[in-house]
Amino acid sequence: MKTQLKNIFAILIMALAFTSCSKDEEVITPAVDELEGLSKFKEITNTTHTIELYSHMGVEQGFNEIKLRIKDNNTGQYVKNAQVSWMPLMHMAMMTHSCPNSEVEKIAADGTLYEGYIVFQMAQNTTEYWDLKIDYTINGTAYTTTSVIDVPASSERRVETFTGSDGMKYIVAYVEPHHPKVAVNDMTVGVWKMQDMMTFPVVDGYTVKIDPRMPSMGNHSSPNNVNPTQSVAGDLYNGKMSLTMTGYWKINLQLATADGTIVKGEAISDTVTSSSIYFDFEF
Amino acid sequence: MKKILFTVFLVPLFSNVFAQETSKDTLKPLQMEEVIIIGKKAQITDKQSKTLTSIDDYLQKSAKVDMIKRGAYAWEPIINSMPTERTLITIDGMRIFGACTDKMDPITSYVEVSNLSEATICSGQEGACFGSTIGGSIDLKRNQNSFGNKKWDFNLNSGFESNNQQKIIGTAINYANKLFYVDTDFMLRDAENYKAGNNQEVLFSQFRKMNFSATSGFKLSKNKLIEGSLIYDKSTNVGYPALPMDVSIAEAIINSLKYEYAPLNSIVTNWETKFYFNTIMHRMDDTRRPFVPIHMDMPGWSKTYGYYSKINAKHESHNLLLNLNSFYNKSLAEMTMYPANPNENLMFMLTWPDISTFYNGLFLEDNYALNCHSSLKFSASVGSHSNKVESQFGLNSLQIFYPEMKAKKDRFLKSFSGNYNYSENGLEYGFGAAFGERAPSVTEAYGFYLFNSFENYENIGNPNLKNEKSLEGNAFVGLKKEKINIKMASSYFHISNYIVGKPDASLVPMTIGATGVKIYTALDYATIFNVSLTSEFKFSKQFKWNSQLVYSRGKDFDNVNLPFISPLNYSTSLAFAKDKFSSEVVLQGNAKQTNFSAVYGEDKTPDYAIINANFGYKFNFNKSKLITKFGIENIFDTYYSTYSDWNNFPRMGRNFFVNLSIIL
Repeated sequence: MKTQLKNIFAILIMALAFTSCSKDEEVITPAVDELEGLSKFKEITNTTHTIELYSHMGVEQGFNEIKLRIKDNNTGQYVKNAQVSWMPLMHMAMMTHSCPNSEVEKIAADGTLYEGYIVFQMAQNTTEYWDLKIDYTINGTAYTTTSVIDVPASSERRVETFTGSDGMKYIVAYVEPHHPKVAVNDMTVGVWKMQDMMTFPVVDGYTVKIDPRMPSMGNHSSPNNVNPTQSVAGDLYNGKMSLTMTGYWKINLQLATADGTIVKGEAISDTVTSSSIYFDFEF
Repeated sequence: MKKILFTVFLVPLFSNVFAQETSKDTLKPLQMEEVIIIGKKAQITDKQSKTLTSIDDYLQKSAKVDMIKRGAYAWEPIINSMPTERTLITIDGMRIFGACTDKMDPITSYVEVSNLSEATICSGQEGACFGSTIGGSIDLKRNQNSFGNKKWDFNLNSGFESNNQQKIIGTAINYANKLFYVDTDFMLRDAENYKAGNNQEVLFSQFRKMNFSATSGFKLSKNKLIEGSLIYDKSTNVGYPALPMDVSIAEAIINSLKYEYAPLNSIVTNWETKFYFNTIMHRMDDTRRPFVPIHMDMPGWSKTYGYYSKINAKHESHNLLLNLNSFYNKSLAEMTMYPANPNENLMFMLTWPDISTFYNGLFLEDNYALNCHSSLKFSASVGSHSNKVESQFGLNSLQIFYPEMKAKKDRFLKSFSGNYNYSENGLEYGFGAAFGERAPSVTEAYGFYLFNSFENYENIGNPNLKNEKSLEGNAFVGLKKEKINIKMASSYFHISNYIVGKPDASLVPMTIGATGVKIYTALDYATIFNVSLTSEFKFSKQFKWNSQLVYSRGKDFDNVNLPFISPLNYSTSLAFAKDKFSSEVVLQGNAKQTNFSAVYGEDKTPDYAIINANFGYKFNFNKSKLITKFGIENIFDTYYSTYSDWNNFPRMGRNFFVNLSIIL
């Protein structure tokens, strides 16, 4: 009995020792992997550099957060001090246009990644395609490269393009959550307008009214949603989206201006079961 | 005055062999010389009119108990007009919690009449011995064999009911010697759909149930006993005609280990400690229903671990009872819905998000004899009650409604009661007052989109509910003479923070066709008043006339009627028994329900009256016996429904039954 107790005691001490060890290790070697959770979807090579493009879940129609890094073909080193900009272009039969996209910024001063977003409002098809022109400057020298990129249609409805009652052409895109949960989810969306074929500025001060519904459950909805709004001009819109169960959800939308005027979308009622603009997904 | 207010004696069939030991029936602590086991009530066996009927049927004979019926099976007992949440139902002191979010499995459905010897029904706080309650308690007491001369005992039971072709078959095999006993019993029931009056078939009212139980005791010494017991119950294909879903399987395993000690010449007369564990699995099923808007699976699980340690003591004029008890329960229920489009993902939610309940309580009672005619009884209990949402998925779900909600919630529960009783020359009276509290049930605090087909609303739990508090007054007066026994008993409850669901118009229901969504909330208060008059007249040795009249009234603070409050309800029976022959005619009915509760989904229920008749004969062959019972229920095949029939579904029409018991 006594030896047994001793053994148990020894095991306990060892267990404690090991637990504390592993904790220390984490503190000592903070393994930061810049590429954690990212996968490379494209590599563009010119004579001087190779540009690697990364995303979380591949690129498709809708809002895409894209990260890139630039490798010097001679040294094999990643360039940490470039100024980068990009221009996505849709080549259609009769015309060419761009889409909403952000500036490209360095993530961390001593890191190698640059990031930004691009909202592909339409998918490619057999005759129409997207390409991406990347301009970058390293130590005063300007470089450029252009490559076609694949933008397949998304299985879920993640972006709406429409003309509002004010005659303006808008693009509203779903950003977050990537992995919806049965919970109150933090929701992010973006709102842009088409100024001309090449200019898509962020729309400021609007409200994206959301009404999550389950058409398969008699258009069941969820409580305590918070309509996404902007906290800082130029930013994406943040709100809260409640999902009461797993399954197929349709997030009905209405776009409201700062004074509350609805420029697009309908409120859901017994007779109106779906808005003319919506996102959907299932999980 | 014993704390037992009303005792329904349950099937005592298997015990006739022990008839000669019935002197041990009465507990007389001071004379205790060995471990005393509550004896079987063998002597009343052949006085039961329908020995193999359901527990529910036995229980509803009490003036305090009624049954909410959702089908032919697994009725929900209500005590003093209060349903499961406000009552406490135990099996030999064990806490057990149903695993069905729709209350399709009250714990009375997991035992069989053959397991039990009696049920003790206590009104209000007199039932607080094993935990907190508002309305009262039922303790189902198991059969217990006694040590004795070496003896085998075989019984065979069989029954048939014509209306739903219910077939009953059961066996009991018992063995006892001076140091050891083992009791086993087995019962199987299988019933088809029943027919209401006028031969109208009630679809989905079939059921099948199998129950096995074993108890074994060892005498450790002259005054020490250890006993283990097991109940295994499995019901399959149980129809609930009043509900949108049936049950494909419900399964319970109920275990316990008891140690009992009866000290000699000590103020402690008996000390009983029991550890128990039970697990319940319940699976709702709609695959047999022809039209469902959306197919869904709704399984539920409930596991409970617990113990109690109960000490009886006697010191001078004080009869003391102390019970230290604790349980840990985990309740989990989920719902998976299958969309019409098979390519869509399944819809899944936790309707009971893995809620643990940990309760620790202490109950004290002193029954003090003032003199040989009158006594005072005081009781008090304290308990700590702690709930935790164990599932992160479930907590996230509930936080949709309650963003600030924490996983854990602690409560403190207390109760007090005092009673005065007087008895002299057959005149008895007594009165008392009490205060009690209860915590919200898992459904009330944590339920998630639970559909109530009676109100046609979905219900969302509310973890912020306050404890429900009850102030109670009770009184009775009776006359007990050789040929006459009349008793009038009454109780009044003033329940504050009365928990009910309240519609929230901003919420959109999930169940297709539901009217809306209710959130559990508390009314300022509600009041419930019950009064009953029971009488028994013995005209001669053979003739006996019993009557019972019950009136109840329940209102909230705004004078709105509460649901499931019985209208005036009566029953009267004339019994004749001579030698081995017994017979009985029973009239029972309800007056029209005028104080119905439209807000809670009730409508006016018309009055009804039905007549039943039965007779029995006991044959003796050498040492063996054959007990036969025959009867007709609802002789005139009346089509009727009562206030407590869910969604007004009709009750059984004319039914012939036969119950046979062979005792070898």
